[in-house]
Amino acid sequence: MKRRKFIRNTFLGTAASLMGADIVFSASIPKGYTPIALQNPDPYKLFNKDKGMTILNDKPWNIEAKAHLLDDNITPNKYMFIRNNGLIPQNIDIANWKLTIDGESVSSPKTYTLQELKSKFKNYTYQLTLECGGNGRSEFNPPAKGNQWTVGAVSCAEWTGVRLKDILEDVGVKDHAVYIGYHAADTHLSGDPKKEPISRGVPMHKALQEETLLAFKMNGEDIPLAHGYPLRLVAGGWPASASGKWINRISVRNKVHDGTKMKAPAYRVPCKPVAPGEKVKDADMCIIESMPVKSLITYPKSGAMINEEEILNIRGHAWAGELQVETMEYSIDFGATWNACKLENPVNRLAWQHFKASIEFPKKGYYEIWARATDNKGVSQPMILPGWNPKGYLNNACHRIAVKVK
Amino acid sequence: MKDQEFRNKVKRIYLGVTLFFGLLVIGAGALIYKLAYPSFLSFDDVKQIETYREVEDLDKIENGIHLATGFKDDVGLQTVIVSCTPCHSAKLVTQNRANKEGWVSIIRWMQETQNLWDLGKNESVIVNYLAKNYAPEEKGRRVNLEDIEWYDLEK
Repeated sequence: MKRRKFIRNTFLGTAASLMGADIVFSASIPKGYTPIALQNPDPYKLFNKDKGMTILNDKPWNIEAKAHLLDDNITPNKYMFIRNNGLIPQNIDIANWKLTIDGESVSSPKTYTLQELKSKFKNYTYQLTLECGGNGRSEFNPPAKGNQWTVGAVSCAEWTGVRLKDILEDVGVKDHAVYIGYHAADTHLSGDPKKEPISRGVPMHKALQEETLLAFKMNGEDIPLAHGYPLRLVAGGWPASASGKWINRISVRNKVHDGTKMKAPAYRVPCKPVAPGEKVKDADMCIIESMPVKSLITYPKSGAMINEEEILNIRGHAWAGELQVETMEYSIDFGATWNACKLENPVNRLAWQHFKASIEFPKKGYYEIWARATDNKGVSQPMILPGWNPKGYLNNACHRIAVKVK
Repeated sequence: MKDQEFRNKVKRIYLGVTLFFGLLVIGAGALIYKLAYPSFLSFDDVKQIETYREVEDLDKIENGIHLATGFKDDVGLQTVIVSCTPCHSAKLVTQNRANKEGWVSIIRWMQETQNLWDLGKNESVIVNYLAKNYAPEEKGRRVNLEDIEWYDLEK
């Protein structure tokens, strides 16, 4: 509420100076009353997001980037998508913020303050790709319910924190540990305090990876509130829902974690391929683990017009979940022929890789540039939509931009 | 001289009358504003208003769109607003597409997992409204690029 009051006060001041006069009766505007023009929270200001970002949903907040906004090698906050299942926690008291590790598979529960976490364990920094499992959902046919993400629910920021494996080692985990499940401070949309908006996790082998962090910094600063301040689990390469925000408890489970949105059909796809629109029983839905190979052309923005005989330089990023991207290609003839892009190695495992290419066009006209990445197991992005699934996950179809040669 | 005195008198009366009517108009305006926005000029402590929708014109429809929510104007609009927007944004509804069966299954999911209440007679009103106004389109396996904003690329 303090922030709102601040905005209100600055607005009143600015408005008064603009009009060259005080707002009449401004002194008698009742305390707690915000003039109508100020009541609709501006999400761009609220979350420091670029005006080009798309608001898909305002309760809960879900905001995505556009391909050309993701041009930076390291995604800055202003271009980072927000995916929330519940309401962002208010009044975070970091002095009293605690992380508890409990569950069937710990010897005995243990609690750490933020300061203990930061100082007791070695800090690591990695660039980690986080993509929403439902990125690209809007293209599926028949449509799948949920936020209709296009291409912008992906980011690769630089995360700093401590390794989850170091903490688990300190706590002591029993041999029968199967999964970790996170719990967080966000609240359910219905207002029911007994409900968790989301409580997902990862199997032990992912939890124990070197790059799986409990992060307290993003791009060298405190994590922005909408992205999980003060503590976020970051499990790069997996559906970003596994990277829980506002973490205050992690349970080490002796079975697959059964928290909210772990059960079918959330973040699951049919274990066997199905026809578009087919009904799938919950029992036949399998948990998504690594995200598939994918890429984005981030420059130029779709719609570029160039003159004949000009060379067009394109660039973008490619990623492949747990794997690495091995080759990157582009096509200007709808996949009839493909040409190689120059592809960089990742800065670290699970970071996206940067590609570029210089394109010559044979004649004037309308073109689409299609980009296709192939991972180190030889699996490529499809040009058409991949296998339909009831919830519209894992759309890794080739990204394309329109170009006109005049 | 008399003429001038008379003219000054008229001027003073004219000024008085203008002032009187001016104040009347301002007063009436404030009164109307007060009726529309009861918190205007009330000096007691008013609770924080969380969303602007509570004070905006709730019923305003423009080009077939209900402005406060973004819903299409059709039979069942009010029922849909009352039933769907207490927990989540109307945007979560309007960005989705489904047939009757699909909307019913979304409602069932919300009832089973999200504390949505039994909608009773309203359910068919809501489902009919949604299936008519937010029906799926046949998109095939990949659509053409649409809404391209063309621009000259600077070298």
